[in-house]
Amino acid sequence: MPKLKIQKNHVDEIIRLENLCKRYRMGESVVQAVCEVNLGINKGEFVAIVGPSGSGKSTMMNMVGALDLASQGDIFLDGIDIEHLAESRLAQIRGRRIGFIFQTFNLIPTLNAVENVALPMIFQGIPRWKRIERAKKLLNEVKLSHRMYHLPNELSGGERQRVAIARALANDPEVILADEPTGNLDSKTGEEIMNMFMELNKQGKTIIMITHDPNLAKKARRVIKLKDGKIIK
Amino acid sequence: MLKDFFSISWNSMKKRKLRSWLTLLGIFIGIAAVVSLISLGDGLRTAITGQFNSLSADTLIVQNAETGFGPPGSTAIKKLNEHDLKLIEDVNGVIMTIPKLLRMVKLDFNKASSFSYVTNLPEEKEKMDFIYENMNIETESGRLLTGTDKGKVLLGNDIANSETYGKKIKVGNKITLQGKEFEVVGILAKSSSFQTNLVILMLDRDMKDLLDIPKDEIDFIIVRAESKDKVETISENIKRVLRKDRNEKLGEEDFTVQTPLQALGAINTILNIINIVVIGIAAISLLIGGIGIANTMYTSVLERKKEIGTMKAIGAKNADILKIFVIESGLFGLIGGITGAGFGLLLSYIVSTIANNYFGETILAFNISWTLLIGAILFSFLIGILAGLIPSYRASKLKPVDALRG
Repeated sequence: MPKLKIQKNHVDEIIRLENLCKRYRMGESVVQAVCEVNLGINKGEFVAIVGPSGSGKSTMMNMVGALDLASQGDIFLDGIDIEHLAESRLAQIRGRRIGFIFQTFNLIPTLNAVENVALPMIFQGIPRWKRIERAKKLLNEVKLSHRMYHLPNELSGGERQRVAIARALANDPEVILADEPTGNLDSKTGEEIMNMFMELNKQGKTIIMITHDPNLAKKARRVIKLKDGKIIK
Repeated sequence: MLKDFFSISWNSMKKRKLRSWLTLLGIFIGIAAVVSLISLGDGLRTAITGQFNSLSADTLIVQNAETGFGPPGSTAIKKLNEHDLKLIEDVNGVIMTIPKLLRMVKLDFNKASSFSYVTNLPEEKEKMDFIYENMNIETESGRLLTGTDKGKVLLGNDIANSETYGKKIKVGNKITLQGKEFEVVGILAKSSSFQTNLVILMLDRDMKDLLDIPKDEIDFIIVRAESKDKVETISENIKRVLRKDRNEKLGEEDFTVQTPLQALGAINTILNIINIVVIGIAAISLLIGGIGIANTMYTSVLERKKEIGTMKAIGAKNADILKIFVIESGLFGLIGGITGAGFGLLLSYIVSTIANNYFGETILAFNISWTLLIGAILFSFLIGILAGLIPSYRASKLKPVDALRG
């Protein structure tokens, strides 16, 4: 394994992308999904990433979240280059330091709300009573205390996304990555969810959110525009 | 943590009810077949070896070569006699010899008649007790014979309860054997040996008088050895002595010396072959059950790709995913194994009960073998795990980003 690169110069930066590229092979041709991206995100920032579909937003987000490896370049999470870590270390980073929120909620259909929220804590080996206690507290915070024992298919879209937010917070991560979190919700519910993100940001969480709703993007403190795999603004 | 994975796997099985049932059915049938067939095979072995229980391991039987079918010894051209008995008695290590007769007689009772085996009981108390003990002879009603019970007989259970005579023969009844009247003093308890169930026992003197058998004629001789370790040596010695007396060469004897181990050994070989065939058939159905589990796990992995991706995104390591899926397939094996083993036992119980009722004897003994039960369940669990290994490994190796795309 190559030696880990440790970055010391950007103290406040929690995420740094350097010369990041992602290429896919599509039959004969090679598609450049993300190209030469350089970006620094500070602790406590609320960043919206916008751009048309196919602009590489999700690809970039997946690499930042250690779900995918870059073809070239480095990603530093709190100074650690995550491009050169073993899969088990990556799993640990995903579990402890990053909270994922998906457009399609991605709850486990066979588990009820409490169990879904407690799931990330299982992988961190947290004892059952502690997990349940914390899951209930988090569900309470997202105002779902009356829905704790319902299965995902018994919940509305907004409720499901709130369960997903509670799950993302389970291991108290520094960074929340949200890929079109309001994409499957009506505008009113979307706004509620957005307010929750702003509240979390106030509490000090770094939030990176992909959206194509300009109204939502406006609420973020910083907007990054992507086009054809490159940052244009 | 494993406990939590168990509940995740369990939930997933519950959610996909129909498919889980069908998968379970596959392994259930396999295990039920294995358990019932092995259990019935064991029953057959128990029943057959039960027939040989009338001979304990320290006993030998000497008889002359036969000319045809009939009770042992009765069709020999040259009968064994007192001279042979004397020779055998003098062989080193022999502590008792019992001359035996076994013949057919006509039995009349309640104006009906039929044929039955009759055998003699030695009159010396020591030898009589030995026969009672070694052939597991006990009475269901009445009492056993003693050396002074002239004109009295013991009846095997199946004779007494036979429907041939229109009514059951009871203690105190008089029966007619070859035209001569005998009093029944005891009915034997039902035995696992059909020989014991179908025989009339009477004193040696009575039998010789009744059938006009010369005083020194013997059908076969039961020889009791000093210890069961010496049975083989004594068998060789008896053969040598008789050969020398009759002036015969090795391999040209007109008599046989049978040890219980020889007889059992031959039968066990046959039973083992039957068992192997039967287990082979059952193993095929188990294999199919295992393939069913593997198939289910493959579809499950495909279907739950997104779930796998999500779990990886929220911190599941490859090993965690592997465990969750292996546990699920192991559970299929375990549950299929437990229910299948239970059903297999029930099946073998039903089959043995029907067989025994039909044949009116203990053809198939039913006994619960815990080793078999636990072994079958563990084996099924293992099959479940093995069948799930490759699909689970594939699930665990999925790249999170690919898995999330579903």
